[in-house]
Amino acid sequence: MYVYTEYDQQLLNERVAQFRGQTERFLKGELTNEEFLPLRLQNGLYVQRHAPMLRIAVPYGLLSSAQLRVLGEIARDFDKGYAHVSTRQNVQFNWPALPQVPDILAKLATVQMHGIQTSGNCIRNVTTDQFAGVARDELTDPRPWCEIIRQWSTFHPEFAFLPRKFKIAVNASADDRAAMKFHDIGVQIVKNAQGQLGFSIWVGGGLGRTPIVAEEIISFLEPKYLLSYLEAILRVYNRYGRRDNKYKARIKILVKALGIDAFREKVEAEWQHMKDTDMDLPESEIELMHGYFKDPAYATLQDNPAVLQQARAASPGFDNWIKRNCTAHKKPGYMAVTLSLKATAVAPGDVSTEDLFAIADLADRYSFGEARSTHNQNMVLADVRQDQLFDLWQELKALGFATANIGYLTDITCCPGGDFCSLANAKSIPIAEQIQRKFDDLDYLYDLGEIELNISGCMNACGHHHIGNIGILGVDKKGEEFYQISLGGNSGTDAKIGQIIGPSFGEAEVADVISKIIDVFVEKRIEGESFLMTFDRIGMAPFKEKVYAAA
Amino acid sequence: MQPRKIIRNRAIVDDSFRYVTHADDLAAGGDIIVDLALWLAHKSDLKNHRGKVGVQLPGDAEPDVIADDLSQLAVIAIHFPVFRDGRGFSLARILRGRFGYQGELRATGDVLRDQLFFMQRCGFNAFDPRADRSIEDALKGLNDFSVIYQADAHEKRPIYRRRVS
Repeated sequence: MYVYTEYDQQLLNERVAQFRGQTERFLKGELTNEEFLPLRLQNGLYVQRHAPMLRIAVPYGLLSSAQLRVLGEIARDFDKGYAHVSTRQNVQFNWPALPQVPDILAKLATVQMHGIQTSGNCIRNVTTDQFAGVARDELTDPRPWCEIIRQWSTFHPEFAFLPRKFKIAVNASADDRAAMKFHDIGVQIVKNAQGQLGFSIWVGGGLGRTPIVAEEIISFLEPKYLLSYLEAILRVYNRYGRRDNKYKARIKILVKALGIDAFREKVEAEWQHMKDTDMDLPESEIELMHGYFKDPAYATLQDNPAVLQQARAASPGFDNWIKRNCTAHKKPGYMAVTLSLKATAVAPGDVSTEDLFAIADLADRYSFGEARSTHNQNMVLADVRQDQLFDLWQELKALGFATANIGYLTDITCCPGGDFCSLANAKSIPIAEQIQRKFDDLDYLYDLGEIELNISGCMNACGHHHIGNIGILGVDKKGEEFYQISLGGNSGTDAKIGQIIGPSFGEAEVADVISKIIDVFVEKRIEGESFLMTFDRIGMAPFKEKVYAAA
Repeated sequence: MQPRKIIRNRAIVDDSFRYVTHADDLAAGGDIIVDLALWLAHKSDLKNHRGKVGVQLPGDAEPDVIADDLSQLAVIAIHFPVFRDGRGFSLARILRGRFGYQGELRATGDVLRDQLFFMQRCGFNAFDPRADRSIEDALKGLNDFSVIYQADAHEKRPIYRRRVS
């Protein structure tokens, strides 16, 4: 993974000092609430329902065991003993005290971590595929490009006060595992007809109140131009994005208002002044960044060793876990293992201090000292030897991370919701639990196949409900919590926004409604069809009919 | 009356300019910074003005409107209606970069300490901080960081062209 140079570390240390000063000035009354707001937000600090919430950046989801341990210590020493993995691969603390935040940031800085630009109207943490670097189907490792973007976007002097937040994702496989088309900018790594690597850039995607699939602005961009092209897009957005209405301030609204062609013209006009200058990335820099993400010291192994075969034959539970929670790896003899943070009755994405310490130990012993967070709020050990999978599984079972539900209905992606968040209209965690309890029969769950279920407690869509195959949105109706359900969303390559089924449901009904929806799927599906395929074939009508039928 | 203080070239200095928003006030001599509309309406008369002349642009101004006037302008001020309106940062970079403007570039309006470091990097060399805040305190904002990743108005090379191999 990327290791800070002295230069990076100095920048971070100076940031900690700056925020310590800003916090002191705020506490002394020298900064108003309004003035302190963007300063604390750009350090990841929100004011929440019960306490501030501090969001820590996990650049493109990569964590060392040392970083995991420090996160665990912060959870223990400054919070209530747990942290939360967010849908942007970040980590959140829900209970820090404001005066202690500078100390937390100082502690994070000792392991090259921070809350920089995890909130506020600036360029946020860049995200990517959680299997980056080990996936079999990727054209190249996207992480060096993520790091190049991270450095460019960190404290970019021109873009610290954008009209609204700005999110960038990079994807390097044909299969989109980064929901690239639902970002302000999606960078898709491609190969042209001559076999050269480059980027297709997508712009204006997003969720929130106005979910929109991004449009392609350039189909092939030479690698050296990546930053100049991004800078041109950002400049056009910074100058022309709306600032009069925060709900119309995202770049997607500007792209829609101008049309992609007129928007592209403006970007190209800016870009002409930026390309072929010192902004171009030298080949040496691209190589340097790739050098930080070299393969670890893999052993020379064969796939499917005898010890693995024997263990799978002897233990159906282990065999099942391999099928559900393990992913093929580019190196023979290895697999990527997803730790499910979605055991029933645990808030999706929550990890305790002990969990964080334990995952750090597992990372050291099984996966070259690294772990990853995913945008589906799980964690991954990306480089596990197949002949050690059985040992790992037993340890994960003891820790409660071996729930074999990755990609299935109970692997719910869910924002913290009304239990924590002051923006939320409704709770989301109890809804997740209600559904997990309803679908507690694993065999039935597997029979249903892969179904993405996403829950957001409000229109801000942190739980990405628009792109869940089944999406649930909390709404407020005269002070009561209701839930609107949508079907057919797709975060992948055939990106689609779900359609709303109809009037919303009371809190107590949600799991039953999901159950009826699943019944329709089971009844109508043709052999081999996923939920999404069946929905695309038969449309909304049969689901609607069943769900709203008079009892 | 005490002359107003501003920050110019990293020092606190007396400001010889006054801001003019009405045509009636143009006649008096002395150094003035006029609103863009006044500049566009009176620029030929202002060539004979007794004193230096600058112009104040809103953050959403198109720089083309003053492209031919740059050599006549002693100051270009960019006005920030509220500190979180970042349009002026882009405008400053365009003026310094593409248009090669060399004169004083001044941030006016809701200008606060914690914006100054970024403003300086975008090419502002003068700051008229909000009157209710300490200008000595604001000056400290220019030194928040000693290292940067991107190229800017002072450092022409981004980090990836400065690495020593």
